[in-house]
Amino acid sequence: MLFQRYRRGLFITAFLAAPVTLYLVYVISPYIQAFYIATTDWRGVSATPSFIGFENFTRLFSDGIFWKAVRHNAALLVLLPLLTIVIALFFAFLLNVGGGSGGREGVRGSKLYRVIFFFPQVLAVAVVAVLFQQVFRPDGSGMLNGPLMALGIEPIGFLSNPGVAFWSVLGVMVWQAVGFYVVLFSAGLASIPRDMFEAAQIDGAGRGSLFFRITLPLLWDTVQVAWVYLGILALDVFAIVWVMTDQHGGPDFSTTVMAAEIYRNAFSYFRFGYASALGVVMFFFTVGFAIISLRLSRRERIEY
Amino acid sequence: MTTTMTSGTVATSRGEERRERRRRLGPLGVLSHMALLVWTVLVVVPILWTFLASVKSEDEIFGDAWSLPETLHWDNFARAWEQAHIGQYTLNSVIVVSFSTLGTMLVGSMAAYVLARYPFRGNRAFYLLFVSGLALPVYLALSPLFFVVQNMGNVPVLGPFIGLNTHAGLILVYIAHSMPFTVFFLAAFFRTLPTAVGEAAMVDGASHTRVFFQIMLPMARPGIVSVTIFNVLGQWNQYQLPLVLLQERDKWVLTQGIADISTAAGYDQDWSALFAALTLAILPMLVVYTIFQRQIQAGLTAGALK
Repeated sequence: MLFQRYRRGLFITAFLAAPVTLYLVYVISPYIQAFYIATTDWRGVSATPSFIGFENFTRLFSDGIFWKAVRHNAALLVLLPLLTIVIALFFAFLLNVGGGSGGREGVRGSKLYRVIFFFPQVLAVAVVAVLFQQVFRPDGSGMLNGPLMALGIEPIGFLSNPGVAFWSVLGVMVWQAVGFYVVLFSAGLASIPRDMFEAAQIDGAGRGSLFFRITLPLLWDTVQVAWVYLGILALDVFAIVWVMTDQHGGPDFSTTVMAAEIYRNAFSYFRFGYASALGVVMFFFTVGFAIISLRLSRRERIEY
Repeated sequence: MTTTMTSGTVATSRGEERRERRRRLGPLGVLSHMALLVWTVLVVVPILWTFLASVKSEDEIFGDAWSLPETLHWDNFARAWEQAHIGQYTLNSVIVVSFSTLGTMLVGSMAAYVLARYPFRGNRAFYLLFVSGLALPVYLALSPLFFVVQNMGNVPVLGPFIGLNTHAGLILVYIAHSMPFTVFFLAAFFRTLPTAVGEAAMVDGASHTRVFFQIMLPMARPGIVSVTIFNVLGQWNQYQLPLVLLQERDKWVLTQGIADISTAAGYDQDWSALFAALTLAILPMLVVYTIFQRQIQAGLTAGALK
């Protein structure tokens, strides 16, 4: 018996040793160190970074570029989920419910649409970024500006006009995300009993009421999950901005985001202390978002 | 005759029914098809346009965006593969992702199994430690992680293999950073599996390890497949971590290589090779996706549906 328990303990230890060690070394310890480094003036070369308390944090409060980045993340946090979810819900509804044949199925070819819509999701963000950099070329050689100029319209500086560049970034993010949520919502719709749609249609419900009275309430849980996922995506965005835009977040910092500023400060300016302080602020934004979305979703659940 | 008539009547009434429904659902039917087609165009055209540009000459690329190439410049692909090192970067990506996914699945399923099936003191704490990683933004830990990996380079004997600018170093980082999702998902999966088979094997004298590898792991196959797909794609598409940890060109992975050709724009920029490189990065994904689209969709959405 004792031998059995010894074997069991040995097994547990052996199986947990590698994953826990790797996880502590490469994930947990960097996170803990980040909080300490944030209170130092470490620039990577000095062997002993000196403690400067909250100086990094007071400095970042007057860092205009960082707050610009925060505002961009905040705008993305609202717009990216909103646009993506509205578009994806609309398509998921058309593909699964809104077909002509009595709510039993979606429009013809719905499977093919789903396969096509999902494809951008499997591409690397870095690849998508380079692709759209070419699509958005500012002259007649750009995929979009070419036809515009042929029609005699002024070319749009998708990435070179500071007033437009942010919207280009948002557009590409929506482009890549929609397909994933079409598939996600389709899976959610598939679990709703078909009789509900049929019963509603027999009672004379049109497409509009089918969507707002049946589909949306029953999908609400999935929509919330989507909101959290897209919110995290909006807070974490890096590669699309870093690779696609001019001067990594430009022009004139008009597209920069928190992650880009952290990376720039750490690996272009070698201000590791300051970059970690930015990271700590970003951490609290993420935690704040998580808490708020948990709160909201709990309240919704009670209402139902 | 009677049968034909009956079926004819049924067909008419069905047709009427359908027409009636179509009337109620209105001209929106046409509009909805239009909307779907518009999005299809939005998704497909930029990709096709890239494929088209990959066989154009440099002059044609700077000319009209929608002109067709006069001759097909397949040599763009040769230059992308050789001079832009896309071949090397692809190979690097394949090496890194093969080992890191294998490692992630091995180590992650071991941890998930123990945490899901063996109650012991501290079990819950370990589980929460892993799962809390799901909420942490990787950017917070970026600078410390760089120095952790740098310090790994000073470890005796192993050091030169797992420090900065090494594939093994990146593989270990990938494995560690894939733990939260892998453990979270697989632990939930192991909990749903029946216990009887494993217990019977234990009675017959099988060891805990053998029960895991020969009974539980095969039973967990659907879950393992989903998480493997999730990890392969996630690690293949990773850009941020290699950007920080691999700074020597010959060690770069594909995403770094692609991003670099476009950001290092200069007078000697080879634009047609850039489009060829993009095509070389997209086409394999398109092929793999076309074959495994059902599994890939299931694997990627699995986490959100749990």
